[in-house]
Amino acid sequence: MSALPEKMGNANKKKYILEGLSSKLFQFCALISVISLLLIVGFVFYKGSLPFVVDGYSFIDFLTGVDWVPSEEKFGILPMIVASVYATIGALIIGVPVGLFTAIFLAEIAPKRVAKFISPAVQLLAGIPSVLYGVFGLAIIVPFLQNVLNLPRGQSLLAVILVLAIMMLPTIVTVAETAIRAVPKTYREGSLALGASQIETIFKVVVPAAKSGVMAAIVLGVGRAIGETMAVILVAGNSLIIPTSLTDSLRPLTTNIALEMGYAFGSHQNMLFATGIVLFSFILILNFVLAKISAKGEK
Amino acid sequence: MNSIETKLNKARTGKITPIKQDSEEKAIISVRDLNLFYGEKQALFSVSMDIQEKEVTALIGPSGCGKSTFLRTLNRMNDLIDSVQINGDIVIDNENIYQTNDVIKLRTKVGMVFQKANLFPMSIYDNVAYGPRMQGLKNKKELDKIVEESLRGAAIWDEVKDRLKTSALGLSGGQQQRICIARAIAMKPEIILMDEPTSALDPISTLKVEELIEKMKKDFTIVIVTHNMQQAARISDKTAFFLNGEVIEYEQTDKIFSMPNDQRTEDYITGRFG
Amino acid sequence: MRTLKDNILRGFLWFAAFLTVAILVTIVGYIFMKGYRLINFDFIFGDYSPTGHGGIWPMIITTIYTIIISLIIATPIGIFAAVYLQEYAKQGRLVRMIRFATESLTGIPSIIYGLFGAVFFVTTLKLGMSIISASLTLTIIVLPVIIRTTEESLKTVPNTYREGSLALGTTKLQTLYKVILPSAMPGILSGIILSIGRIVGESAAIFLTAGTVAAMPEGIFSSARTLTVHSFLVTQESGDIELASAVGIVLIVIILVLNLLATFISKKLNKANY
Repeated sequence: MSALPEKMGNANKKKYILEGLSSKLFQFCALISVISLLLIVGFVFYKGSLPFVVDGYSFIDFLTGVDWVPSEEKFGILPMIVASVYATIGALIIGVPVGLFTAIFLAEIAPKRVAKFISPAVQLLAGIPSVLYGVFGLAIIVPFLQNVLNLPRGQSLLAVILVLAIMMLPTIVTVAETAIRAVPKTYREGSLALGASQIETIFKVVVPAAKSGVMAAIVLGVGRAIGETMAVILVAGNSLIIPTSLTDSLRPLTTNIALEMGYAFGSHQNMLFATGIVLFSFILILNFVLAKISAKGEK
Repeated sequence: MNSIETKLNKARTGKITPIKQDSEEKAIISVRDLNLFYGEKQALFSVSMDIQEKEVTALIGPSGCGKSTFLRTLNRMNDLIDSVQINGDIVIDNENIYQTNDVIKLRTKVGMVFQKANLFPMSIYDNVAYGPRMQGLKNKKELDKIVEESLRGAAIWDEVKDRLKTSALGLSGGQQQRICIARAIAMKPEIILMDEPTSALDPISTLKVEELIEKMKKDFTIVIVTHNMQQAARISDKTAFFLNGEVIEYEQTDKIFSMPNDQRTEDYITGRFG
Repeated sequence: MRTLKDNILRGFLWFAAFLTVAILVTIVGYIFMKGYRLINFDFIFGDYSPTGHGGIWPMIITTIYTIIISLIIATPIGIFAAVYLQEYAKQGRLVRMIRFATESLTGIPSIIYGLFGAVFFVTTLKLGMSIISASLTLTIIVLPVIIRTTEESLKTVPNTYREGSLALGTTKLQTLYKVILPSAMPGILSGIILSIGRIVGESAAIFLTAGTVAAMPEGIFSSARTLTVHSFLVTQESGDIELASAVGIVLIVIILVLNLLATFISKKLNKANY
């Protein structure tokens, strides 16, 4: 038999050195996530805290103030907080049930051929830029509301809610459908064999079994709604008032940042970062609450 | 691991079964006082064993008795599991393999065939040439030669010589396992470890692999784990019986199957448990 | 009673599905109806002019720039990070920290990335409102996507491949690039395609870091606007729904092609893996 080239000794030394170097490189790459997160959180919180720590603005006034007039050094974001909360809850109330029911339909009820056609189409729509939903909202929903409800202008809380609800539909449907499909067949068979109807089986056995995936779908969908900026700018009207009805114009937190960042400087710019902190906390609270809900259901 | 524990274990196993040293035979693997832990749980207790060159040594015993774990210490495959801790000595070719730390060299010298054929999703040729290539061999002629020799060595050349460039995963289970053996042979190892190589095969394929193992004996030292006692009896020169992480008996195969020293060995080979 | 309740619920399910499909079809249909008249060769490949509707070639080029730059940086980092988490790291605090960071990055809304990019890349690193600032911001946005999809596909690579390769005396690195990464390739590629979709669809973060200059970028340090930002700006500034929809058609087609590509690649490569 012919001999292999030198397979012992020094030849392996190089390999071990390479092995050590590569594993260090991989570790460093993995740490970039951590570094990025620290940088982002660090910068946003640093800049956002400057007005309160250095310039002596009151954080309470910032949260509870109703006037946002940067030229007069008035920075109150209560209207935006209320706007964000209303818009998110509204979108949740409409988008989640419709999305979940659609997902259940596609996974459990729809004829195979129908589902095979619709599911990928919905998945595709989860990928189209959210700006386009805003364009559609401005072109169709806003004039529609204006005419039907006889408003001076159609840009309103209701328009924002509708656009956000529509936008989160594909995300919720796609993720929830996957989760429901992953429930083992034996669960369904077991329930049906005990005399439960198909609908009972779906709501009492299948959906509860898919709960963590369904929850993930909701979190993703809501996350998309709460963080959405550009589509909302187009249909919100952006007035700086506390919305009191569905037909009021509004300015959520995200749009405030996007609209003013371009020309803001000094305290004004730092206040936009402070707005970012509030948005950040919002998302943390939301994730926390949803995690709690799903943990509670688990018991 | 602390040494008191080791001593305790030694005390528990009692005296090490004496190993007969044939004067012509040379022990290629010497294991002394090998203890292995998965985290807190001890899986091997003070194993000592000498394995002779150019012989087939079979490791038998019920599932979970530690025979596969022991086999995997011989080429340090247990290193892949984070929680494993080992003490004791394994000397292969006069080198203590847990001290030299050149795992690459060890594994080129000690090949392995697994329970289920685990060919890579590549052609037959690329599978067999994989090891030598990774050692830096690029010469096409030499590779061709090694591939042919290895496939002949694994008694499968005639079956696959016309389809070397096709996917290895298109072959039958038995053929795949013999390609795995060829892949191991291609590294020209001194020792080949086999971890229940026929447990996933039909009887005819099993027979072919067994015949192959008998033929390979003249070139390689083979250590084989098997569930099948007839197989151990048919192909091995020596047999070690493992129970609960200990070597109960290690003897000439014909002796162990005709008149075992230990009652537990007898119970096992006569099918009273396991 | 029971059947009545069942039928009502069943009715709701049908209604919800009908509603979803109807809305989504309406949106896509509307955008096509509104925009298709503008789509022609000059629109796609023509330079932008502020009068009339203007071509979108500069925006296409800008979009391509951002895709290429972000992926050149994010792909190797993301794949290596996933390799570290799946193949190298021992479970422990460091890994938990990395996973927490990666998950948190996924949940941060793009406007926050925009804020960060505007102060870090644009101001602190003095890169200005430019394609490069936007691309670096996008790099962080898609990094978790690539890490997660790569990790998922590494998980599907059978452990027997790793064992088979390492037992032949190869290093982890050799095993990685010869066996593991090729097997995981379909998943990795679909992760990259997913990232392209994310980059193309992104608006807020790019709006705050690349600015809005509607002209052919002179280089990666120029301010410019991507297709999505263009679609937003023409709607907001001039209410030109027709133009926004035409850009929308281009975007939808891009996303459609990417999706088909992802499906095609994963099918084709799965076949190649047998």
